[in-house]
Amino acid sequence: MESQTTYNYKVVRQFAIMTVVWGIVGMLVGVIIAAQLAFPELTDGISWLSYGRLRPLHTNAVIFAFGGSALFATSYYVVQRTNQARLFGGPLAAFTFWGWTAIIVLAAVTLPLGITSGKEYAELEWPIDLLIAVVWVVYAIVFFGTIMKRKVKHIYVANWFFGAFILTIAVLHIVNSAFIPVTLTKGYSFYPGAIDAMVQWWYGHNAVGFFLTTAFLGMMYYFIPKQAGRPVYSYRLSVVHFWALISTYMWAGPHHLHYTALPDWAQSVGMVFSLILLAPSWGGMINGIMTLSGAWHKLRTDPVLKFLIVSLSFYGMSTFEGPMMSIKTVNALSHYTDWTVGHVHSGALGWVAMVSIGSLYYLIPRLFGKIEMYSMRLVELHFWVATIGVVLYIAAMWIAGVMQGLMWRAVNADGTLTYSFIESVERTYPFYYVRLLGGAMFLTGMLIMAYNVWKTTSEGRVADADDAIPAPAAH
Amino acid sequence: MDINDIRAWQTVILLISFIGIVWWAYSKRRKTSFDEAANLPFADEDRHRATIEKENLS
Repeated sequence: MESQTTYNYKVVRQFAIMTVVWGIVGMLVGVIIAAQLAFPELTDGISWLSYGRLRPLHTNAVIFAFGGSALFATSYYVVQRTNQARLFGGPLAAFTFWGWTAIIVLAAVTLPLGITSGKEYAELEWPIDLLIAVVWVVYAIVFFGTIMKRKVKHIYVANWFFGAFILTIAVLHIVNSAFIPVTLTKGYSFYPGAIDAMVQWWYGHNAVGFFLTTAFLGMMYYFIPKQAGRPVYSYRLSVVHFWALISTYMWAGPHHLHYTALPDWAQSVGMVFSLILLAPSWGGMINGIMTLSGAWHKLRTDPVLKFLIVSLSFYGMSTFEGPMMSIKTVNALSHYTDWTVGHVHSGALGWVAMVSIGSLYYLIPRLFGKIEMYSMRLVELHFWVATIGVVLYIAAMWIAGVMQGLMWRAVNADGTLTYSFIESVERTYPFYYVRLLGGAMFLTGMLIMAYNVWKTTSEGRVADADDAIPAPAAH
Repeated sequence: MDINDIRAWQTVILLISFIGIVWWAYSKRRKTSFDEAANLPFADEDRHRATIEKENLS
């Protein structure tokens, strides 16, 4: 099977199927912690089911297990097909699959046990961090090795986005995970005080910028043209989009630390760069949506395209909302409220999950020798359940967040606070119920997808998949 | 030279490189090679629809 005449589809299939599995697991944990906020005594007395331990499990599972597997699957597929070369390095690709899976399992065990470094989106302790670094370097070798042996002249733009993501995440992870190990399960950060906070949010915001944005834009630049059947609206714009986006994102991190011990100039740098980010973000969004120019009618009948285009609409919404929230005076209202949670989920569910789901609905039939999914009506149903779920979720959190911000800042004529904190919590309950409903709907959509994927793959003759590498053209 | 001079020049250099990238990307000379690149996802067109349909007929 290690023939150089076929693409390596095995590793793509493995990651594609695990994306669905980890999506269900991660979103189920999300629904559980949403239920804990709505019904606080739900899991009282069971330490490993407490909110503080499950919340990092939820974020790690959806970002790195679900999102990560989707990125491995699509980047391995796109890099092979647009470079017309089999994945470089033979068994190294399989190593990344089993290594990544081992990391996810270790996370699922250690986080509920309370083993955590306490750094947001980087909670895993140092031995697991080391394993991540090794797997990631191997991923880079496989990806860039495949580009090196390409049979075509150009490196397609999607590969630039995937490549920037792989390089940047390696740098971010290694710098932010600089720990001084004390025991096997406890290490302390190498950086002191406010510097540690700055390094953490330089990492944290670029995890958003490069993991959850740049990489998924790579997905967008391949799967939208393929599903729409026409090349990207403007290749020139995609080049400008790439360089503008990657050079701006790096500096936006300090907006997570407004009004803290971080030097004021650093906060202002973060705010200004966040505002500039609106331009490349919307440039990319317009480029993706305008790819449908002249083929808008396809949007009426093709649920896969609906997923992809609606994901870009949510991307446009959250990349407008983000710069706005980074303005210090707006941040003074929004920070530490549920508005932030709404913003994150408009990006994570609306953009990241929807573009991944759309890409998988394109990818899975092709990986298993089918023309399309088992049931396109179920894809359509999934689309509507998921979209309504996201809208309920983010609308509830927006209202709750603005309400909390206004209640916390309200003062009486004599300067005392109008409301106690617990009063704002009490007023938030109705919104927590709506959020729970929205999240449960999104999870239901994933279960519909799992059934559809199972029916599509279980009858497939994998050998029929079109994994032949075209013969090089004669010169 | 004061460090703030370097900082100011950095802004100018970044602006010039941005304009340079835009000029390069939108120059007429890039048109054919960008068109080629934009069509790469289709250069490796799927065989499998034709294959599966043929098998269903036989």
